[in-house]
Amino acid sequence: MSESLANPLLPAPYRVLRNKRNTHDVFTLDVEPVKRGNSTLFSPGQFNMLYIFGKGDAAISISGDPTKEQPLRHTIRRAGVVTQALEQVKPGGVLGIRGPFGVPWPVKEAEGQDVLLVAGGIGLAPLRPAMYTLLANRDKYGRIALFYGARTPEDLLYLSDLEQWRGRFDLQVCVSVDTAKRNWMGDVGVVTKLISKASFDPLNTVALVCGPEIMMRFSVQELKKNEIKSGNIFLSMERNMKCAVGFCGHCQYGPHFICKDGPVFRYDQVQSLLGKREV
Amino acid sequence: MESLEKILVQHPFLKNLEQKYVQLIVGCASNVRFDSGTFIYREGEDANYFYILRTGKVALEIHDSGRETITIETLGEGDVLGWAWLVPPYRRHADAHALELTRAIALDGKCLRDKCRDDHNLGYELMMRIVPLITHQLQATQLQLMDVYGVKK
Ligand SMILES: Cc1cc2nc3c(=O)[nH]c(=O)nc-3n(C[C@H](O)[C@H](O)[C@H](O)COP(=O)(O)OP(=O)(O)OC[C@H]3O[C@@H](n4cnc5c(N)ncnc54)[C@H](O)[C@@H]3O)c2cc1C
Repeated sequence: MSESLANPLLPAPYRVLRNKRNTHDVFTLDVEPVKRGNSTLFSPGQFNMLYIFGKGDAAISISGDPTKEQPLRHTIRRAGVVTQALEQVKPGGVLGIRGPFGVPWPVKEAEGQDVLLVAGGIGLAPLRPAMYTLLANRDKYGRIALFYGARTPEDLLYLSDLEQWRGRFDLQVCVSVDTAKRNWMGDVGVVTKLISKASFDPLNTVALVCGPEIMMRFSVQELKKNEIKSGNIFLSMERNMKCAVGFCGHCQYGPHFICKDGPVFRYDQVQSLLGKREV
Repeated sequence: MESLEKILVQHPFLKNLEQKYVQLIVGCASNVRFDSGTFIYREGEDANYFYILRTGKVALEIHDSGRETITIETLGEGDVLGWAWLVPPYRRHADAHALELTRAIALDGKCLRDKCRDDHNLGYELMMRIVPLITHQLQATQLQLMDVYGVKK
């Protein structure tokens, strides 16, 4: 058992192997445990608490491939104190990690069905492990489609993955940006518009949605308009988080704690809370 | 004419429209193509046509002197282009730029307005198809304005 599972409040030391820039404000950290025996296993959609000594910690989803043996990978957008400090960490540097935590995407439960992944902005990071898992078990699913929206072409993440996925015949990949300069030859428009252009069997489709809350709300509207059942729509919710194990109440969301009951919720579990100003 | 009618009834915009109305619309329709790189219309021009896009890709662009041209939306197969034919003073609000070879059915705006005036049921049918597009566009603009992917302040 990993040290962090033995005591979920105690960060274990991890060494940074690589700090790769994705966009002007997003970077990906690859880390490995300093002590042997600390696991790098996780399920798609789970997150870790990344701790920078003297600064604090932040919940960050694991963005790597759970079907392969590789360093733990986190894709992070610079927001405030902790993420700025994480951005500065150089290879060889050490940070503390607790986790993995949280309810994963229902990729196993989706077997036999069509799967739609709808990602907005940094929301592609928690969905990427789900995509890797689906593709590693491609024959177990019906149609698979990814709809990915970003602010501008310069903000698109994982370009080499996108290129590779687009080249496959068994996968539909649609990318759209909110605005672009004239040299961009791809689609411009909100990601929700892409959903109505997809072909899937609404009665047998599972949708996994991750992005800013308002984008998820509009995406759900579009999915429902296309007759996907509420019980087959899953969202990954974000709230400020501290303990990550349901002790502190920091991430309480109505009757739920995002850290232990989520971050992935079935839409009908959180439907009444979405879009509320205060919960 | 028959093939225009066939193309029109298959387009999502006119899905389930009664044949008699499709036939009325065909009277205002013509088949058009735009080569990649050409402008279908420019901002400020009279909005004489409404386009039912069949294939290709069109960018709606806005430019402001001294700034780079910005694409605000791209449209393609299954979409329609330019509803300014419906709203006085019938002027274009953006440039429409074909990014690929684009095939469309052009509907003459004045002809359509006249037919809608003569037959309010046709006018109602078209309105019921155009208003959701405008609503969609408004929602999309709200999301774009909110800069939802930007860092929360
Ligand atoms: C389950 C979960 C998974 C996440 N996965 C990722 C990920 O993969 N990559 C990534 O970049 N970020 C992710 N986040 C968000 C990340 O935790 C926050 O951006 C981070 O905690 C900000 O810390 P900070 O000290 O840098 O900024 P702060 O100084 O704490 O905050 C800067 C700004 O960001 C806002 N903010 C802080 N935390 C959150 C949050 N959780 N949700 C929304 N706004 C917030 C603050 O209100 C403030 O406006 C995730 C959050 C959760 C709950």
